[in-house]
Amino acid sequence: MKELKFISAGKQNDKNTASCCSAEKKNLISEASAIKDTCCCTENSKLPEWITGAAETPVGKACKVSTAWSLADHWGQIKSRTSGFRMKYSVKPGLYAAGNPDKDSDVLVSANYKLSFDILRRSLQGMNVWILVLDTNGINVWCAAGKGTFGTNELVNRVQEVQLNKIVNHNRLIVPQLGAVGVNARSVQKITGFRVCFGPVYAKDIPAYISSGYKKTEEMRTIRFTMADRLILTPMEINPALKKFPLYALIVLLIFGLKPSGIFFRDAWSGGMPFLFLGLISVFAGALATPVLLPFVPFRSFALKGWIAGMLAAFFTIQSSGIIHQGNIILLIVACLFFPLATSYIALQFTGSTTFTGMSGVNKELRAGIPIYITGVAISLILLIVFKLGEWGIL
Amino acid sequence: MKYLSDVTTLKLLPEKCTGCGRCVEVCPHGVFKLSDKKASVTDRDLCMECGACAVNCEFGAISVNSGVGCAAAIINSMLYGGEPSCGCDGNKKSADCC
Repeated sequence: MKELKFISAGKQNDKNTASCCSAEKKNLISEASAIKDTCCCTENSKLPEWITGAAETPVGKACKVSTAWSLADHWGQIKSRTSGFRMKYSVKPGLYAAGNPDKDSDVLVSANYKLSFDILRRSLQGMNVWILVLDTNGINVWCAAGKGTFGTNELVNRVQEVQLNKIVNHNRLIVPQLGAVGVNARSVQKITGFRVCFGPVYAKDIPAYISSGYKKTEEMRTIRFTMADRLILTPMEINPALKKFPLYALIVLLIFGLKPSGIFFRDAWSGGMPFLFLGLISVFAGALATPVLLPFVPFRSFALKGWIAGMLAAFFTIQSSGIIHQGNIILLIVACLFFPLATSYIALQFTGSTTFTGMSGVNKELRAGIPIYITGVAISLILLIVFKLGEWGIL
Repeated sequence: MKYLSDVTTLKLLPEKCTGCGRCVEVCPHGVFKLSDKKASVTDRDLCMECGACAVNCEFGAISVNSGVGCAAAIINSMLYGGEPSCGCDGNKKSADCC
């Protein structure tokens, strides 16, 4: 951990100052305005591990960043890939330095989602470049570009705010290709004089892109969606689906436990358990199996892919475990109707995470799918009522 | 991997195209290719309507109805109106330093 004092030119820095921006500290850090931005609120006045020093520029100092990941960076990636932690995982926007950049060094533009920034700096080993971090509200480049926060205005403002024209003596900005959704290269050049080069899709290709004289191969331009890419996204598909599971479980237990004379826990459990189990199976079929096996499941429609995965999962679960026993045909029909549709709906959610689905297609799927989902759930409920009435001896 | 066929709203007007190659540079799915100083579409079904090409075509030769291709977002906009938006707005100010 580097502490504030490495930039305070020998001045004593009181680590125990309670408030985050004491007068004294403000005074100290006014000498290095860039560092002030990054450090002033961190606990015990400590700088994050990934800041290794300060780089001099004609208009002040910029934080130097490490191109290696610490344990904290790895842990941060795990947390942001699996939980809502991602929503507050950000770095301060502004200018950073990797290596020892000078007036001729390239400027790479990035988002202030910490994971995006980390992946970028990790790919810059041995290079001397500037990193210009835009304020994207802590969202990754592609998503933020879609919303325009990684966009022309923010890029123009940030270039002017850090006075980039005084820091480098060329006019080349390397913007991630996926940022092109939000960045109008022509406008940026008109306003700032900086020419936007859309770099490779993946940060790991940056060294090759720069050393080849800013030439992109077709591979550098193309986004992929490998099994590993898909697998890493599944925790954030499974988590939201499982969050709704307690409500589903409550409804199932109520339905199966309900008797004319009250609610019986024993009946709720023995009758409801198969449905709870099949519910869990459906979640994993839609949020894990379908995404991971995506190209191998027939059809292009995600709703159909999910339905097939759900049908197979429900069928084999019922077959192998015999959990819907006593040959109850009504419950069997409900299971074969409801669970594949549930899996289909969950699988359809994955369209939001892929690299190749578009709005028109998802719209089309939803217009066809939603009436079917609603009808399926309604029929399932009616059949369950029929089943209950039969169980109570009314029918 | 391709999504549904024949749904994209991508339109290329060859008469406005000057062959600058920006669309080829920004498209992450190789939808465009340059031949004889004109852009042409290789396979429409590869288009995911991200909109990068239309935003960066200086000559107005490309149009596409771009937006969030996320089921949850579209359902929300159907229910509550408004543009589809996928929860990752980050409304709160990030890096709330001091």
